[in-house]
Amino acid sequence: MVSTQSAKPIVEVRGLVNRFGKQTVHDNLDLDIMPREVLGVVGGSGTGKSVLLRSIVGLRRPNAGSVKVFGQDLQALSEEQRSLQERRFGVLFQSGALFSSLTVAENIALPLVEHIGLSRRDADHLARMKVLLAGLPAEAADKYPSMLSGGMVKRAALARALALDPDILFLDEPTAGLDPIGAAAFDQLIRTLCDALGLSVFLVTHDLDTLYAICDRVAVLSQKRVLIADTLERVAQTDDTWVQDYFHGPRGRAAAYQHPAAGE
Amino acid sequence: MPDTSPFIRLPDAQRDSLCLSGDWTLANYAELRSLTAELPGDAVKQARIDLSGIAHIDTAGAQLICDMLGVDRLQQVLSGDTGLNRERQTLLARIATTCPRGPDPEQAGANPLIEMLERIGVSMGQHWAHVIELLGFIGLTLSGLFSSLFRPRSWRPTAIAVQIEQTGLNAVPIVALLTFMVGAVIAFLGATVLQTFGASIYTVDLVAFSFLREFGVLLTAILMAGRTASAFTAQIGSMKSNEEIDAIRALGLNPLELLVLPRVIALLITLPALTFIAMLSGLLGGAMVCAFTLDISPVMFINLLHDDVGVRHFLLGMAKAPVFAFLVAIIGCLEGFKVSGSAESVGEHTTSSVVQCIFVVILVDALAALFYMEMGW
Repeated sequence: MVSTQSAKPIVEVRGLVNRFGKQTVHDNLDLDIMPREVLGVVGGSGTGKSVLLRSIVGLRRPNAGSVKVFGQDLQALSEEQRSLQERRFGVLFQSGALFSSLTVAENIALPLVEHIGLSRRDADHLARMKVLLAGLPAEAADKYPSMLSGGMVKRAALARALALDPDILFLDEPTAGLDPIGAAAFDQLIRTLCDALGLSVFLVTHDLDTLYAICDRVAVLSQKRVLIADTLERVAQTDDTWVQDYFHGPRGRAAAYQHPAAGE
Repeated sequence: MPDTSPFIRLPDAQRDSLCLSGDWTLANYAELRSLTAELPGDAVKQARIDLSGIAHIDTAGAQLICDMLGVDRLQQVLSGDTGLNRERQTLLARIATTCPRGPDPEQAGANPLIEMLERIGVSMGQHWAHVIELLGFIGLTLSGLFSSLFRPRSWRPTAIAVQIEQTGLNAVPIVALLTFMVGAVIAFLGATVLQTFGASIYTVDLVAFSFLREFGVLLTAILMAGRTASAFTAQIGSMKSNEEIDAIRALGLNPLELLVLPRVIALLITLPALTFIAMLSGLLGGAMVCAFTLDISPVMFINLLHDDVGVRHFLLGMAKAPVFAFLVAIIGCLEGFKVSGSAESVGEHTTSSVVQCIFVVILVDALAALFYMEMGW
């Protein structure tokens, strides 16, 4: 886990405000995502982790504030340019969100055909490689999403998120609903891909094991902004009731025991 | 354990404690509630409480005990020796911590008249917002349609072909059958009514004018509203609730281009085609009835059609078809995008899309009829 403090952030969120009617979810939120790091994002229910993800990716226009990706403010770009930048994201939604009328291979091939203009055969060939990259068996490529188990759906969705070889991967609770073996394998897959492909990963999660196993930094969302975004050791020592309950409750201590400080 | 043991025994000469016994469970909730309501207030305050006679207790019974004694008293009782085993103590203690301390929040008693006016006002506002949204979506689709027209890369012939098959080809039998029957019904109507004037021959004109100008296109559009608008809403709505629309946007693709335009274009092709089939089928139904009940042979039917009914009427009817097609497709797709995530929402918007389509189609038809009349066509 390389120190990335000297590099320039690839995503800069400044002064983000998100409001739903009278309810303010984010108020003047700042966050940076560094290159080649896995950033875990935690927070209690209702602190707006998914809303933050959607604001950065461009699915939601924030009420105020700016999101700069690779140095450019997405909202200020024209639609063509924004589409070009958005191709550098890969997004994995909480339930997979695979297109139910297409097979797994067709799901992955879709952005390749649409954006890169590959022929169907080339796109299909690439797609099958991504299926294997995500740890699925080759036969899974011709199945429809309804025929896959929960873990396989997530892997297929990961393969689709990686289809265009993005620079940043956004994962919304990827291990939710997976059995412990599947979840650990998924964690390892993310870490391996991050190291091998040089990705940054923005990982919204409740899973303490994921945080301890693969995250370089952890950002805590609390009171409508980022309370702290730092290495796991420093976050766990933060003097805040919620953070202490989170990291030092019975599950927190069990997870910490399993993953002694992996050297920082 | 006798079944007839009373739930509450008040203190008397033999015992100076309030004894609770029996099954304080959900099954006996109604009876227990009325018993606890009737208790004299001071009986609880002064007497000792004896809970050891309770046979079975669940959260419902525990809550009644909490209501009856009040949270403070219950906690006082639990801190002493109650004669209950550990699970029951824990249950009562848990309920005691979650028991609300005050009475249930009062529903503000409202004046029904004011409330009705308020609801009318809110619903007017919602209808207005809805109309604006529909107009906006129509504009968005039209601009998307024109911009995609000049970019052959963005055409999706496969999707359009699939939609044509589903909305058009598969609908031919039902459209033909229904309009055949309506044509026959109109001919029957003509036969019955016009006979009194000795003008049965004009049944042919009745069937022809009504079908070519109005019923051909109207019936087809209403059938499409029921069949196709609901399908569009359900398809797009389930995609929305499965986050597939978000996934489309996250992949940098345009849901309008991918989902809406193929459906709109497909319906623009199939609804006029189905209207043509409907007109033919209706005339056929009318001709059959005329042949069997009015002794107007098919040859005579065709000759009368030829002489009395001009092509003008066919064109006037057909001209409405693309407009209806566009509106039905737009409303179906828009309602699909409004679905919010639960199964109930899908059902609600599917119903709403069918109702809106039928309303809009009949409204536009009425306006067109007025327009044609004023123009003298």
